[in-house]
Amino acid sequence: MGRRELRLPQLEGWLAVALLWLPRLGAAEIDLEWHPSALGIVSVRTTGLEPPGSEGGAFLRAEERLWLDATARASTMDASAHLRAELVHDSIAGTLAFDWREAFADVASGPWDFRMGRQVVTWGVGDLLFINDVFPKDWGAFFSGSPAEYLKRAVDAVRIGFSSNAVNADLLVIPFFSPDRLPSRRRFWQFDPTGGAPLPTVHPATGLANTETALRLYGQAGRFDLAGYAYRGFHHTPGARPGGAGATMFYPHLSVFGLSAQGPAWDGILSLEAGYYDSRDDEDGDDPGVPNSSWRFLTGYQIAPRDDLQLGVQYYGERMEDHGAYRRTVPAGMPSAPAYRDLLTFRVTRLHYQHTLRLSSFLAYGPVEGDLLWQPSASYAISDHLTIAGGANVFGGHNGPTFFGQFDRDDNVYSWIRYDW
Amino acid sequence: MQRSLLAFYYGGSDTKIRARMDLIDRSGGRRTRVLTMLRRDESEGANQRLFIYFHEPSDVRGVSLLVWKYPAKDDDRWIYMPAMDLERRVSANDRQSSFVGSDFTYEDVSGRDLGDERHRLVGEGSAGGRACYQIESTPVGASSYARRVWWIDKQNYLPLKEEYYDRRGGLVRVFSADEVRSIATGSHTYPTVTKRTMKDVRTGRRTEVTFTDVKYDLGLRAADFTERSLRRPPAAWIR
Repeated sequence: MGRRELRLPQLEGWLAVALLWLPRLGAAEIDLEWHPSALGIVSVRTTGLEPPGSEGGAFLRAEERLWLDATARASTMDASAHLRAELVHDSIAGTLAFDWREAFADVASGPWDFRMGRQVVTWGVGDLLFINDVFPKDWGAFFSGSPAEYLKRAVDAVRIGFSSNAVNADLLVIPFFSPDRLPSRRRFWQFDPTGGAPLPTVHPATGLANTETALRLYGQAGRFDLAGYAYRGFHHTPGARPGGAGATMFYPHLSVFGLSAQGPAWDGILSLEAGYYDSRDDEDGDDPGVPNSSWRFLTGYQIAPRDDLQLGVQYYGERMEDHGAYRRTVPAGMPSAPAYRDLLTFRVTRLHYQHTLRLSSFLAYGPVEGDLLWQPSASYAISDHLTIAGGANVFGGHNGPTFFGQFDRDDNVYSWIRYDW
Repeated sequence: MQRSLLAFYYGGSDTKIRARMDLIDRSGGRRTRVLTMLRRDESEGANQRLFIYFHEPSDVRGVSLLVWKYPAKDDDRWIYMPAMDLERRVSANDRQSSFVGSDFTYEDVSGRDLGDERHRLVGEGSAGGRACYQIESTPVGASSYARRVWWIDKQNYLPLKEEYYDRRGGLVRVFSADEVRSIATGSHTYPTVTKRTMKDVRTGRRTEVTFTDVKYDLGLRAADFTERSLRRPPAAWIR
């Protein structure tokens, strides 16, 4: 645990620093704002069971982060640059890493908005349930107590927006593929069909044919916000195909088409979303290493029945296409997923003491598969600069390796403290 | 009555305010929120569009709120959180909930509709050294207060003092206008309450709001108050 590595930032990171100076071009003066922050986080498994080859023992996470949020705005043109640079010390792995969480430049001109660089993108109307949000996630961070924004990973992309009175558009072009970050096998117990030996993973090579594109068209109809989505790219979790000595992991092609609506109903907000996942590498559903195409939908309702109390409920359903072909080709010994699976979620949030104390409970339960995730949490702003938080991740599931159930032995409690200058 | 409402909330056809909101607890502990608010009226005294952007503290920096206010029905509200690029609609059925944890409610910030209360003139008085009309108003529907008594300046119709009472007649909150300035814009001068305090009598807490910059008649358009501005506020708005 003594080795120290310093991973240098990627080329696009330095490009982003250069972009921070973009407003200087033609601008008389620049407003520069910068804010450093520090975070310490620890997450401990409560089950007393350690996965084989475990890296941290009972510790799922022990990390210190230092980051700088900087924004430069030009005064004469509508342009700005933003970056968030992070230095992360992972006490378990013994590494020190420098990373750009965000590094982008914004330019607006008439009805057009451009954002270029590393940016976080979130689409869709679900609460922690994603259908048309096809952008990468960090599940390892999410299951070990990270602050909410770390569930989303940034993408290196060009974002073009168009606004008009009728319809608006949002186009994303992502030349550099970023997959989901799954919980590490050396930290989390999880379902592992390969029996522990890590398989080689092939990422889509950077190139025009492998550039992801995503389009959102949105507008209003009455008091409802409507949107249509189209995505062409890849699954963000790997599939497998025969190759080399056994199998190779790779990211199969994916297209997603969907719709969403969100607006007031009764005393709350109603959300609806649906999408079709077209798994282009396995149109017949008989390739066991590639997910089948599927239909997904969700409905949600959120209400604030009292001052400082918010409630939310959602129902999500997913139907696999060609389930018969899937069943016929599932390798012996591998679990068989049902044709239909679903999730019911409940969220309760309470605010106290002038909104400085926030108590929240998120519960997700899958009626068909019987798996469960419960995330209670509390955060308190001791002052305008210092915040502490704590909570737990509780997993459950009896019916084989389901998405949450596979982490059953990883129940953990976590705590973090953050200082903002 | 209508004139007071108009002067306080609808002065000018649009306005841009940079405000510092200090939340002070009983022992003097202070938390500060700094925000910019832009407001545009659709037509005098009717619909309104509001945009609020937070500068401080750190955990809400860059968060923006968009509110489309209608006199007779619930607001349409959206929130945008830049750290996650998350934009969503927010439930708005309770206008009397606390605005960002302060002693002011959403209703205090954006304005109460005339029809929400029954009003009667009870006499004359003074507040802050100014001659005032004294009015008593009783809410029509369900409300967190039973009645309020307020004093409006006889000359410029700004509310200078307000007292909120609960159903048992106990004093709950007290509003005071601590500083009034005339803001000149082109050919018009708008009297504006630039420092105000809301005290919660029962908890001993108070919130002090200071307008550090006020501008009127900027020529804002309804089309400016849309999702696009929520996600990417124009530079001129948040400077």
